[in-house]
Amino acid sequence: METPEQIRDRILARFPGSSVAMVLNPGPAAQHSLLLGADHAREIAEFLRDDPALRLDFCSNVSGVDWLDREIVETTKIPTPGPVAGPAMVAEQRTRRLQPGYLEAVYHLYSMELRHGPVILRLRTANRKDQVALPSLTPVWRSCEFQEREVFDLFGIVFSGHPDLRRILMWDEFKDHPMRKDYVEPDDYEWEPTPHGDVLAKAKRHYPASPPAAAAKGEPKP
Amino acid sequence: MSDAAPPPPTLTDAERDELRRQGILLTSLEELYNWGRSHSVWPLNFGLACCAIEMMAASMARFDIARFGSEVFRPSPRQADLLIVSGTVTKKMTPQVVRLWNQMPEPKYCIAMGACAISGGPFKQGYNVLKGIDRYVPVDIYIPGCPPRPEALLHGLMQLQEKIRGQAISGRDAPRHLQPDMACDYPVPEFGQHDLEPPQNPALWQPPVLTRKEGA
Repeated sequence: METPEQIRDRILARFPGSSVAMVLNPGPAAQHSLLLGADHAREIAEFLRDDPALRLDFCSNVSGVDWLDREIVETTKIPTPGPVAGPAMVAEQRTRRLQPGYLEAVYHLYSMELRHGPVILRLRTANRKDQVALPSLTPVWRSCEFQEREVFDLFGIVFSGHPDLRRILMWDEFKDHPMRKDYVEPDDYEWEPTPHGDVLAKAKRHYPASPPAAAAKGEPKP
Repeated sequence: MSDAAPPPPTLTDAERDELRRQGILLTSLEELYNWGRSHSVWPLNFGLACCAIEMMAASMARFDIARFGSEVFRPSPRQADLLIVSGTVTKKMTPQVVRLWNQMPEPKYCIAMGACAISGGPFKQGYNVLKGIDRYVPVDIYIPGCPPRPEALLHGLMQLQEKIRGQAISGRDAPRHLQPDMACDYPVPEFGQHDLEPPQNPALWQPPVLTRKEGA
């Protein structure tokens, strides 16, 4: 199978206006993925499915990822002239910038016919709040239908062009997206034999410690 | 105290066993009724998760729940006496479970089988699993395990039979359907925007009131 770089170059040659970038996986698996711009994603997906050298006819998996806002600190080294007859000094300059968060859908593609894969596609929304639409790839691969519904349910990515975009795991009246990192679950903590960590914080909130003097006097417990 | 009426003469169990050995069966209507009921408990053919696999194994030849008269798994709640909540009850499934319970005719019994049905089990801290079916349905027998083996289910069934045999048909100990002031219909929770509403049936279950020691 072609490498992701070759696939990217062929996509760029075929769709000149599109944006395709490599997302490198630094781990030992080195499964690099292709980050597609949302405007040409549908055409690119059809190309990947129909191209005789690729024939990626099966989408095995659609995942959602929630990326929060991140503060990135960049350190640049600026050589500055040192004192006379001394070594050159290096001044470090730190710039902080806020990378806004976004939601991401990841597609794993295989070819049943040519028996190769996976080719990994990523699509990113503009932000996490109001611009959360992505083009649906269900018209290209039928197997995306339920998985995109699940991503919509748990992450809140709205797939435009999906034939039946409803919640699939939670009930229709549910308002939240539970797999988002800032999801706040209903506060229904109960007794736990050995609470620790976050659960201990919840336990303290729900069962405030009564001072021993008050308990001995028989005052009503909080 | 001599003017008080003497208590009615009653047989002890030993005397009754002695009579039975001699071929005389002495019993009460209550005992006969409960004996019959306890040996034909028909469970609802209803499984939720991996515990249901153990429930099926208990109904097959090796463990053979038919030895206890409970082999007739009914596909309709209208014909069932026993709801075995076998597995994880998600919040989305909860109204259906309560509705099935409401559709079963009295006298009916409920077994919470496995850690999930009892307390939510490994999913207790999650957002989508009910922390025990006893929040909405009165549970008679709890069978711990993850999942419990078929022998444990059979033991739970035998405990339930014992409970049935001990039930009175009149008085305070009578089952729900024989007591005019007891509700036989349980409220079905609604799907809310963040959780089930109400999150539990307060008449059945209240969160435990605990006090933590200072510094704990």
